[in-house]
Amino acid sequence: MSQHIVTGPERSRGDALLEIHGLCVDYGQGSDAVHAVTDVDLVLHRGEVLGLAGESGSGKSTLAMAATRLLREPGVITAGEVRLHYDTGSVADLLEAGTGALRVLRWSEVSLVIQSAMNALNPVMSIRTQLTDALAAHVPDMSRRSRRDRAVELLGMVGISADRLGSHPHELSGGMRQRVMIAMALALRPQIVIMDEPTTALDVVTQREILEELIDLRDRFGFAILFITHDLSLLIEIADSIAVMYAGRLVERASAQALFRAPRHPYTLGLLHSFPALHGPRVPMTGIPGSPPDLRMLPSGCVFHPRCRFALARCADDAPPLAATGTGGRVVACWLQHPPESAPTELARPEPGLEAWAPPATADGQAATQGGSAA
Amino acid sequence: MTTPVLEARGLTKHFAVHDGGGTGRPRLPAVSRPVVHAVEDVSLKLPPAHVTAVVGESGSGKSTLARLLARLISPTSGQVLLNGHAAPRGRRRRLEYARTVQMVLQDPFASLNPLHDVRYHLSRPFRVHGLARPGAELDEKMADLLERVALTPADAYLRKYPHELSGGQRQRVAIARALAVRPQVLLADEPVSMLDVSIRLGVLNLLGDLRDREKLAILYITHDIASARYLADEIVVMYAGQLVESGPAEAVTDQPAHPYTRLLLSAAPDPERSTQPQLRGRGAPPSLVRPPSGCRFRARCPHAMPICAEQVPPQFPAGTGHSGACWLLDTEAGRAAPAGPAPAPPGDEPAGDLSDHGKHA
Repeated sequence: MSQHIVTGPERSRGDALLEIHGLCVDYGQGSDAVHAVTDVDLVLHRGEVLGLAGESGSGKSTLAMAATRLLREPGVITAGEVRLHYDTGSVADLLEAGTGALRVLRWSEVSLVIQSAMNALNPVMSIRTQLTDALAAHVPDMSRRSRRDRAVELLGMVGISADRLGSHPHELSGGMRQRVMIAMALALRPQIVIMDEPTTALDVVTQREILEELIDLRDRFGFAILFITHDLSLLIEIADSIAVMYAGRLVERASAQALFRAPRHPYTLGLLHSFPALHGPRVPMTGIPGSPPDLRMLPSGCVFHPRCRFALARCADDAPPLAATGTGGRVVACWLQHPPESAPTELARPEPGLEAWAPPATADGQAATQGGSAA
Repeated sequence: MTTPVLEARGLTKHFAVHDGGGTGRPRLPAVSRPVVHAVEDVSLKLPPAHVTAVVGESGSGKSTLARLLARLISPTSGQVLLNGHAAPRGRRRRLEYARTVQMVLQDPFASLNPLHDVRYHLSRPFRVHGLARPGAELDEKMADLLERVALTPADAYLRKYPHELSGGQRQRVAIARALAVRPQVLLADEPVSMLDVSIRLGVLNLLGDLRDREKLAILYITHDIASARYLADEIVVMYAGQLVESGPAEAVTDQPAHPYTRLLLSAAPDPERSTQPQLRGRGAPPSLVRPPSGCRFRARCPHAMPICAEQVPPQFPAGTGHSGACWLLDTEAGRAAPAGPAPAPPGDEPAGDLSDHGKHA
């Protein structure tokens, strides 16, 4: 968790690792199809922690599952492109990849940690068997002994002692099970670890411990993390940059600090106002009026406009494109930012100045006061 | 403080551990059968027009406490007092009790019957308690209920089935159902944790409104200390079945007295935090089958002293209306004050008059 303030912008300027372009995912087909993900563009950079925030039904898990070709029926990828850049410089198109190719790159290039570690681990197999399974499948010439050594090493990385190798999942606490999942995900030194609500079911202290370990491991091994959660306040602390999804669309993406200090999309602003602060004066907060839309009956124009307190007339008719705005690689899909000068004050706060080129003194001062009112 | 509507005195609940009966092993005699010490000697008061938050991790006993207060389970020892009198026993009295103390559960997807519409759910309490006859009177009362939880127009909602409602609307129906009997106490067990982030505050604000408008005594159970700080007048922190700290909401979060409360606060997500928090007290809660002697937090506590293993710490004062069960607060014995600053940032308001706080909803 040690700060993204320094490393964030640099990392996000790293090379693209996973590029998602125009991805669309439906559940079902024909006129009954539910558009779970619509035209999403997202780039995960090498070594970056990219937070994907959104409420249930926003399409954040579907996006991750589709991009890694783990989507199950009745999910259908209807359009788009997902490109994985290998270390060697070669590029794979994941949506075109066949089963064999996918089997090779899963776990060794891209691995996945999901929320319910109890369900993800096999209850009748020991931790050792489950940890060595992936090794045996992907590295056939690895000896039994070295597989065991690697399993011990992996457990050590997540702070579990080797005498737990023989344990079964029910003998471990929830936090330990999730640690085992993380150890498994790292077994083949993947470049990308996708984590779908990895700590949601855990207590806050355990959650914090695991996140610390995770960021330390990222710093050591340099893998990129796509961290999916509904908890935006947590993402701001741990992620380098954050993408916010609403009703299957990406509405804003920016560095974590820029998103927190100076949100540009009304939904991001509303989400930030949905988490009460841990300190400072207690002020009434409203959350966001209404509730997330039914994906079968999406509003016309901008999908957020019925809940948006800044909505303009055109918002009901025209869907805003995801467009670059300001500095630092921010993109936002909102008519209020066309042009940015016309945006309401709440959505036009100065960038927090964490980018290298901003004059630090004034920007810091602004950031401090802005933060107080944002929380 | 005004007379509490509901009061718990030394509530203790031990659950027998299942010994896997039916496997052919002889059952252990009752005396030696292990028990889970789920709630241990908890006392608290719920005054009218007050939200009391119970904060704790899973397994801390907070839901068991709610069930004890709702009299869904009976305590191993200790007392529940309703308006100063011991809560009555017996089935009919049980119904009387339920007319005063109502519960709202965590999962509005499970607490409403998917086969019945909202009208059915809201008419049940009136029937069960014989409070309204079917017809115009009942319709009027149900419409009034829906208005009180801001589900309007009432007619449209009465005909809906749970699957036609959003999570937030479902939880509002569950709250409306609890309000039907005009209770004095609402026990809300994690009422917003299953809801989408953007609609949680709406439901929390509704609970705040009910406190202010209808003078309800509300117990708000949560694992989210930030939401407790937002809504509650008073916060009670539980750890491993014991009440470790209680006091005015902002006093507890801004000047925490117990090392466990400090740990919770340092672990909670906080976007304003600029440096990595120091977790003082890593690890996990102890087994409640064989809980440690003395203070149950001592194994994780950075300040543990010999006395912590010997005696359960009583509640020591830590400010106005603020107390903590920690030997560090025993000023008479001249023990060292807790080391290290509380994880409170600069710019905090000092904790002031209780009545002014949390009435912002």
